[in-house]
Amino acid sequence: MVLTIIKYNAGNIQSVLYALERIGVEAIVTDDVQQIQSADKVIFPGVGEASTAMNYLKERGLDVVIKNLTQPVLGICLGMQLLCKHSEENDTECLGIFEANVKRFALDNQNLKIPQIGWNKVQDITQPLFSGFNYEPYCYFVHSYYAELCEETAATTFYGVKFSSALHKNNFYGVQFHPEKSADAGERILKNFIALNP
Amino acid sequence: MLTKRIIPCLDIKDGRTVKGTNFVNLRDAGDPVELGAMYAKQGADELVFLDITATVEKRKTLSELVNKIAHNINIPFTVGGGISSVEDVSVLLQNGADKISVNTSAFKNPQLVNDLAKEFGSQCVVLAIDTKKEEDGEWYVYLNGGRTKTEIKCFGWAKQAVDLGAGEILLTSMNNDGTKQGFALDITKQLAENLAVPVIASGGGGTMQHFVDVFQQANADAALAASIFHFKEIAIPDLKQYLKEQHIAMRM
Repeated sequence: MVLTIIKYNAGNIQSVLYALERIGVEAIVTDDVQQIQSADKVIFPGVGEASTAMNYLKERGLDVVIKNLTQPVLGICLGMQLLCKHSEENDTECLGIFEANVKRFALDNQNLKIPQIGWNKVQDITQPLFSGFNYEPYCYFVHSYYAELCEETAATTFYGVKFSSALHKNNFYGVQFHPEKSADAGERILKNFIALNP
Repeated sequence: MLTKRIIPCLDIKDGRTVKGTNFVNLRDAGDPVELGAMYAKQGADELVFLDITATVEKRKTLSELVNKIAHNINIPFTVGGGISSVEDVSVLLQNGADKISVNTSAFKNPQLVNDLAKEFGSQCVVLAIDTKKEEDGEWYVYLNGGRTKTEIKCFGWAKQAVDLGAGEILLTSMNNDGTKQGFALDITKQLAENLAVPVIASGGGGTMQHFVDVFQQANADAALAASIFHFKEIAIPDLKQYLKEQHIAMRM
């Protein structure tokens, strides 16, 4: 199996690579179109700012490449948000795989600190990303923007508002949290993604 | 619901974990990578690695150590000590650090906080403050690992740093550090309730009740401790179970 991690100007790629190593999976980090298209599975990571990341992808034609992938694709954090329709972060048009819009956590709730940093419960979990979970796992989140609930919501989390902590449509999957930093629960989610049929 | 976080801190000197009392009398507490991996397995929510000699001896944090930690640990970790430039941070993040903490260098050059937040995002910029309550009852900022007093008050500096882009505050009370007499509830509460970013309380945690107090009374978002974990005085699973029983949101 060939697993490709899309290389672009948004951090945390090393962490994803190391997490995969820990579960015994080798991955290629690349921005080469051919290598991305021919992979059995693709991980689209990301920590950073939406418009900068989208511009980078567009300049290299990766926006079109990602949209047309037919193998399982997992977007993580900003990667997931970029798979959505639109982000309030610098009013950015995203890739439009998922119906959800990405919004900023509202500041009017006094007890809400932004970004959300830490472990939160992932609820309403669905197959196949959460297969084997007989409990609602806590996962590690770091984000100021969230994907709204939509038909493609595959898990929810509450932080002042209930949002999509996972999304799933056809071959596209997304998680708002960082499975690569979410201890045993995160490793299981990564393994579930790896185990998907191409 | 977002949980409160329990964060073991590993103070690093010459590649070993050390722990002292009130910033002096350092004792060896083991291999940082092994200790970190053990804490992760026990349910620690995050780890902090501080190269405590870095600023004083002008050493750079060892990126090799960071790389080794990143390979072996499946929870987030912060690295601090001697970080004074965007380049320093870039190297550490490339080696797998999730966040970096800045202290003295940021105080001397507040623009650094702004530059780091712009380059890497606020989420990975932790401002560490060592603070001490003086006889006038005010909390002052100390630099260089607690060796140098300033005339600047803790809250003012914390607020300025958040405005510049710091994403979290790691607050260490020098009065409490190493004493095991409890966290500094007053200054922790002031920061936690008036700043828009999470506050990690550090210094003084000696009993499980101290952690209850810092979460319930001071509203800290996370609590950090070192020696009680290193010397096995409190086990992390026991602590988290106890806190959960006190109705504090915990990842179990």
